[in-house]
Amino acid sequence: MNSRTLAWPQHDEAEAARLGMWIFLGSELLFFGGLALAYAWARAHWSAGFAEAGRHTHVVLGTLNTALLLTSSAVVALAVACTRHPPQARWTARLLWLTAALGLAFLAVKAFEYGMEWREHLVPGAGFALRTAGSELFFLLYFLLTGIHAVHLLAGVVLMGVLARGATPRGVEAGALYWHFVDLVWIFLYPLIYLLGRNT
Amino acid sequence: MSYLEDGFTLRSWLASTDHKRIAILYALTITAFFFVGGSAATLIRLELATPAGDLVSHDTYNRLFTAHGVIMVWLFLIPSIPSVLGNFLIPLMIGARDLAFPRLNLLSWYLYVAGGLIILVALALGGVDTGWTFYTPYSTMFSNSWVAVTLVGVFVTGFSSILTGLNFIVTVHQLRTPGLGWFRLPLFVWAHYATSIILVLATPVLAITSLLVVAERLWHIGVFDPAHGGDPLLFQHLFWFYSHPAVYIMILPAMGVASEIIPCFARQRIFGYRFMAYAILGIASIGFLVWGHHMFVSGQSVAASMVFSLLSFLVAIPSAIKVFNWTATLYKGSIRFDAPMLYALGFVGLFTIGGLTGLFLAALALDVHLTDTYFVVSHFHYIMVGGSVMAYFGALHFWWPKATGRMYSDLWARIAAVLIFLGFNFTFFPQYLLGVRGMPRRYHVYPAEFQVLNLLSSAGAVVLALGYLLPLFYFAWSLRAGRAAGANPFDARGLEWQTPSPPPTHNFDTPPQPPEHVYAYDPNAPLRTPA
Amino acid sequence: MNGDTDARLAASFRLLAQSASSIAPRSDLLFTAMLLLCGAVAVGVCITLLWFCIRYRQGSAAVRGTVERKLGIELAWTLLPLLLFIALFTWAAFDFVRLYRVPPDALPVYVIAKQWMWKLQHRNGRREINELHVPLGQPVRLVMTSQDAIHSFFVPAFRLKQDVVPGRYTGLWFQATELGEFPLLCAEFCGSEHSAMLGRIVVMPPADYARWLDAGNAQPGPAQQGFARFRQLGCSGCHAAGSTVHAPALEGLPGRLVHLQDGRTVVADDNYIRDSILLPHKDVVAGFAPVMPSFAGQVSEEDLQALLAWLHSTKGPP
Ligand code: HEA
Ligand code: HEA
Ligand code: HEC
Ligand code: CUA
Ligand SMILES: [Cu+2]
Repeated sequence: MNSRTLAWPQHDEAEAARLGMWIFLGSELLFFGGLALAYAWARAHWSAGFAEAGRHTHVVLGTLNTALLLTSSAVVALAVACTRHPPQARWTARLLWLTAALGLAFLAVKAFEYGMEWREHLVPGAGFALRTAGSELFFLLYFLLTGIHAVHLLAGVVLMGVLARGATPRGVEAGALYWHFVDLVWIFLYPLIYLLGRNT
Repeated sequence: MSYLEDGFTLRSWLASTDHKRIAILYALTITAFFFVGGSAATLIRLELATPAGDLVSHDTYNRLFTAHGVIMVWLFLIPSIPSVLGNFLIPLMIGARDLAFPRLNLLSWYLYVAGGLIILVALALGGVDTGWTFYTPYSTMFSNSWVAVTLVGVFVTGFSSILTGLNFIVTVHQLRTPGLGWFRLPLFVWAHYATSIILVLATPVLAITSLLVVAERLWHIGVFDPAHGGDPLLFQHLFWFYSHPAVYIMILPAMGVASEIIPCFARQRIFGYRFMAYAILGIASIGFLVWGHHMFVSGQSVAASMVFSLLSFLVAIPSAIKVFNWTATLYKGSIRFDAPMLYALGFVGLFTIGGLTGLFLAALALDVHLTDTYFVVSHFHYIMVGGSVMAYFGALHFWWPKATGRMYSDLWARIAAVLIFLGFNFTFFPQYLLGVRGMPRRYHVYPAEFQVLNLLSSAGAVVLALGYLLPLFYFAWSLRAGRAAGANPFDARGLEWQTPSPPPTHNFDTPPQPPEHVYAYDPNAPLRTPA
Repeated sequence: MNGDTDARLAASFRLLAQSASSIAPRSDLLFTAMLLLCGAVAVGVCITLLWFCIRYRQGSAAVRGTVERKLGIELAWTLLPLLLFIALFTWAAFDFVRLYRVPPDALPVYVIAKQWMWKLQHRNGRREINELHVPLGQPVRLVMTSQDAIHSFFVPAFRLKQDVVPGRYTGLWFQATELGEFPLLCAEFCGSEHSAMLGRIVVMPPADYARWLDAGNAQPGPAQQGFARFRQLGCSGCHAAGSTVHAPALEGLPGRLVHLQDGRTVVADDNYIRDSILLPHKDVVAGFAPVMPSFAGQVSEEDLQALLAWLHSTKGPP
């Protein structure tokens, strides 16, 4: 680079990353929003089928996963806090790895749960186990919602790995923002999937 | 060293993160898709020259107009001005050295190409026959064509749009050169800012809707299929929630282009700059609330239709402001009719006609008769081809010297502009008459009484095609033999003209100084460069 | 000049298709008004544009100068269109609402669309395919549904169009004002032979129509069929007076207000009744147990329309 480059006003790349992440999350919100709308519509239409199908979800595993994700969100928040205190900075990477590990644990539980559902014939298609109209639709939406969420979480795990191998504080902040968002989506999914059908 | 000379290997292009090189990559791919979509249009017009289905079978015809619509909308018009000219110009216009996320920008291009290839694969396998609107339950239950593959392609291109929009928004927020406040931005930048917001907020809804359709095709149960308790109108709501804002994605950048060209060749400040900026924001925001005007006869409730109709009229107000302000900009100017100006004036006229016929469609009782006829086809071609494509060509001519450093033959460019204008009206005006008399769209064969007008339309399409082919030749010629353009051949005011043509890789050596008014033209100092 | 040439001249220059229904003239009037207004605006904009282009072309003798911002003008050309637009909206909406106010004496016709034909049935049971005979000057009401994709019932001469959607009923009414035959087209893309899904409307003098209707009457009307189906399908086992199951009486149900279990109140329109039969758990009537089984898959579209026709023919307790 020549000396002229120095005269150039430096733009704040981390600030840009943060703004970019917010915009991306806005976009994601509408992505999940479309699906949530379909879910809401279907639930209103097929309350019996949805209630019945909801009772066949594995609430224990779902609750375990909720706990895992909430913990991971707390951990990633700690990681951000550590970037702000230089003495603790070396902890950032370790906490990010821990976040990624918790994310992987979530995915493992989810995979196990999918396996159980496969064996119980709860996957839409020929031989679907439940009879009540609408229950198959519930499971279609269930697999779509949780599947898309899992893909997002997987991307988050990769992101955490990348950040843990070296990143600016603001980069960590943007990454954490994403992680919280993925967590937040799950907080909405958890009652919609596991809890709503149970009290009827 | 200009960005064009900064490396000559294929790799130096395909792995470049320079926004200008990426813009050129887009330009090449988009042009290719335009000709693919245009060839489909040519076959459509040939088939419709006679009332009988004598050229292609009905299934082929249905695949043709679907391919035409899908390619023209998603692979040509939506990315056209933003991804080519926006990409090239936004950093230059705001005095930045690149977009905020250069690597993301390259990724967007690869996503676009991947999506485009998937759609082409679907086409090669046999195509899709649902129309670009993919209405359920036809698309989910009855169509025996490559619906899922095509939708995956659309899904992937969608992410390219989202990332481009995100990149533009952050760039405009963060990278403006010191002293360049919001109300000193060129309207081109304003238009792209608003477009980007729509891209970011509307496209994800299309993405999720495509996924639902794909899922429903795979499992045959779902939210849209009434045989399983689903609701086909839910699909239409979701689709138009995206696709109506999408039409403003296609027109706002064109409006931005006209707002740069007209002041330059009229040597006059744009009339009502602030109103113009607010109008852009108005269109972008009200545009999110009118989607139901595509569903007046679908079985949607009367009350909902009333609301959507009223809002559709309201969204026309900011467009009216823009048309009037462009006209007023000419007043007391010193006007020269170079090729870009001819395209820009053509844009204003044809957009106005297309927009006004949109009002016929927004009027409830009239839409009942006109919907799904050629009146609608003509309405949107007037806006999208007469408006947006015209503006896209105007922009190519206006900034060609900047991007390549060469002048093209202005005479040939003017001939092409006139040819396109005439051919366009010749092609699409008869379609209004067809629509009013009740010829439905998507008809492979039609009653014989409609033949005369259809023949006229097909003949016009030949003229139009010739007009579109001409630029290929004189642009290619200009690259080999064109006169050197100099930094600012049209003596324009934007910051992009303050750097050499073609610009160096880093755009500017020192941060450019914004003028005290973006459109500080002086009508008493006529444009002096040799035409 | 005599009236005959006049008519022929008018026909050859006609912008609009022949108009043959009671609402067509209103639609044409609105069209003409908008054409004049928008045409004037378009011509005005284009002429101003051209005039400026000529007057202020480079090198002309006109006086030039920077134009100051004029708020008054800007507000004027913002507010004036606003007023005009509100007026246009009101007019069009007013006419639109009339399209949905069905005269009570309208003759019902049941329409089922399928790839790629129109099946119609008159109230006395006479069936037609791709042809609809109607009497002149009498309102006709169509109750339409589709067996597969979405279609659209389009009669250009009547200026009328209505999508025909699977899984629900949509309606359309008209009153023919001219004798003759008018094309019926399918306007919503529905697959391979969308453009061949054509038919015609035959408008006859009322007396001829009555004769025509009786001529083909070999089978019972939809209402009788509906009553027969009501017994065959076992509905009467629960819904007939004196049944042991506690189920609501259905006589006179169409149009009545129904209170539901979850507190909502709905009007029992055709779509409500359809859903009650196919998705009985969706809207449960207040005070009843949700014991009615779904009949989805057991009743055809024809059965459903027959059941509806029968329900419409019954009178409930006042
Ligand atoms: C770039 C694309 C674009 C743009 C900008 C628009 C702009 C508008 N469109 Fe269009 N439209 C499409 C692309 C576009 N449209 C497409 C692709 C379809 C069909 C999709 C399909 O089914 O395949 C469609 C269909 C469509 C329909 C549905 C038709 C149907 O299927 O039944 C309607 C109905 O309201 C409509 C209305 C409008 C209106 C009111 C505007 C307004 O924004 C226009 C505003 C502009 C003006 C009005 C002109 C300037 C104003 C003046 C000079 C003011 C003065 C005037 C007076 C005082 C009278 N459009
Ligand atoms: C978005 C942009 C866009 C563009 C640019 C165009 C461009 C054109 N369109 Fe397109 N059109 C749509 C968007 C667009 N269209 C959409 C969304 C639909 C609805 C689809 C649906 O119903 O699902 C549609 C539908 C549509 C129909 C209706 C089909 C039907 O309903 O049955 C017709 C019919 O005339 C048509 C014609 C044309 C023509 C003649 C052009 C011309 O402007 C094209 C000119 C370009 C060329 C001709 C290519 C260049 C030259 C060559 C390749 C050389 C070879 C050719 C010759 C020598 C003649 N279009
Ligand atoms: C097993 C008994 C049973 C059978 C068989 C049955 N129904 Fe019902 N039906 C009910 C009950 C109980 C209700 C009220 C609760 C509800 O809305 O689900 C009801 C409600 C209805 C309603 C809504 C009534 C209202 O007042 O809003 C309609 C319409 C209806 N049934 C039609 C039919 C038709 C048509 C058939 C035959 C094809 C049929 N039913 C067969 C028990 C039955
Ligand atoms: Cu039926 Cu088109
Ligand atoms: Cu629209």
